[in-house]
Amino acid sequence: MAKKLLYQEDNLLMLSGVQHYAFCKRQWSLIHIEQQWSENVLTYEGQQMHGRADDPYFSETRGDVLISRALPLVCYSIGFYGKADVVEFHAVVSSRSGSIIGERDAIALPGREGLWRPFPVEYKRGKPKSGDWDEVQLCAQAMALEEMFGVQLTEGALYYGERGRRVSVTLTEGLRRRVYALFEEMHGLFLAGVTLPAVYSSKCKNCSLLDICMPAILSRKSKQTRGYLQHYLDKEMG
Amino acid sequence: MRKLLNTLYITSPSSYLTREGENIIVKAEDRDPLRMPIHILESIVTVGYAGASPSLMQLCAERGVSLSFLQENGQFMASVHGKTTGNVLLRRKQYRLADGERAAIYAKRFIFAKIANSRTVLNRAIRDHGSNIASDKVNKEADFLKRYLNKVLTVPGLDDIRGIEGEAARRYFSAFNELILADKESFYLRGRNRRPPLDRVNALLSYTYTLLRLEVQSALETVGLDPAAGFLHRDRPGRPSLALDLMEELRAYMADRLVLSLINRKQIHANDFTIKENGAVLLKPDLKKELITAWQKRKREEIRHPFLDEIIPIGLLPYSQALLLARTIRGDLEEYPPFLWK
Ligand code: SF4
Repeated sequence: MAKKLLYQEDNLLMLSGVQHYAFCKRQWSLIHIEQQWSENVLTYEGQQMHGRADDPYFSETRGDVLISRALPLVCYSIGFYGKADVVEFHAVVSSRSGSIIGERDAIALPGREGLWRPFPVEYKRGKPKSGDWDEVQLCAQAMALEEMFGVQLTEGALYYGERGRRVSVTLTEGLRRRVYALFEEMHGLFLAGVTLPAVYSSKCKNCSLLDICMPAILSRKSKQTRGYLQHYLDKEMG
Repeated sequence: MRKLLNTLYITSPSSYLTREGENIIVKAEDRDPLRMPIHILESIVTVGYAGASPSLMQLCAERGVSLSFLQENGQFMASVHGKTTGNVLLRRKQYRLADGERAAIYAKRFIFAKIANSRTVLNRAIRDHGSNIASDKVNKEADFLKRYLNKVLTVPGLDDIRGIEGEAARRYFSAFNELILADKESFYLRGRNRRPPLDRVNALLSYTYTLLRLEVQSALETVGLDPAAGFLHRDRPGRPSLALDLMEELRAYMADRLVLSLINRKQIHANDFTIKENGAVLLKPDLKKELITAWQKRKREEIRHPFLDEIIPIGLLPYSQALLLARTIRGDLEEYPPFLWK
């Protein structure tokens, strides 16, 4: 049975936001609610690397794999839109030749013979992260593919530029629940227009929004502004 | 803090700005084209007639580099910017504040800092040149300013704040002549006058305030605030009221001190000015260049920011204050911390 479609076109969030949100909720609100964006070297390198995977008019076939780049995605049940860097379509053997393939596992593609299984691959600068934000983003992509193609996926992969290798990701029930929960929170905050407070942590030094966010100042001094003028005055009078 | 990038000032009226890839090209009749990469620039200011190609404007808009056009006399004409940055929720909050009771709380803080920093200019002059200046007069006005500091914290309404601001400004400028130590015959201030400036000091101040205003305005735009909707200055079409508000706390520290030091170090001379038949005083083109160079140099000097407690270049002050203001409006800070020069 198809999932209930809860969202409409004008209340979809950006798919890329889920990795921001999973990394730091404030980072997501600064980028997506406050529309602040600061380019630094890291994001620039990220874009350079994406550049290669980013040509939507280019598909290629390698053996049994059809590679589609920059595939537009939308997911009305969770409420987001975005783009997948790379979706591979793996040719699967039909049930006639032995393996069991149901129509929930593979799809037909226009102008192509046989059945194919979508397999999302997300390209990442750097190396595998300590948190699950890359997995979460990949899983969200997979969930969009499932909705769009009416299939059920079990696996995708993350490609890490620095290591030059793929890590496969199993799309577990736990990961899916996390994607649901994150987007639910994000929708709530987006609707309320709430920018979450800064919490200074070790992540901050790698964050491209550090200069805009000012986490150290804001988490330390937020209560100290009230006496600021009086304090100055007291010192001057003394 | 983010990096301070360059501002490119184009003062030759026949210049034309174009784009070549990621570079800006400045063509002028009398010399070879100048080329520089856009990413080293924060803003471009053209003074007098200067043309710019649409594709250059597009490049500036995309890269968040502000491009402003000033008239020969320093008056602002236009600027190019791309999609409005920041978020409509922030601007709505700004408008609601500007229309409501809380506007006075912000206004108070701008003016408190304006008076405090003006007073520091006076006190520093006594400290550094006590034997050469009429300290009594300066001391007396500094004491008045201290009283206004106290007073501005306690009055309730915007009109009272404006009243105190006016009185404090008169006090401060009445002591200003005492701070001028060189060629006092030519350099004196007859009250503040602007349209047109009627003495050399006013002409210098007005021009320097224009440079400051442009930076405050683009800083506000960068953080997503609307420079036109002010808390202290009333709305008037074409007037950047919030930029004028935020400038108040920076004038004395960033502009007045610069003008004073250029005069006192004799970097500026009486004949760098043109005096018109009606008494209007204009800066000659070379003086404008000199002023801009000095301004740029001052921007690179560093100070410890009193609230952020970080060393930053002076040129980032408009940005740091705009950011703190946006953060306060957004609710991250309880009250806005203005720049207090210690
Ligand atoms: S600087 Fe720290 S708190 Fe601020 S957005 Fe980045 S990670 Fe989050």
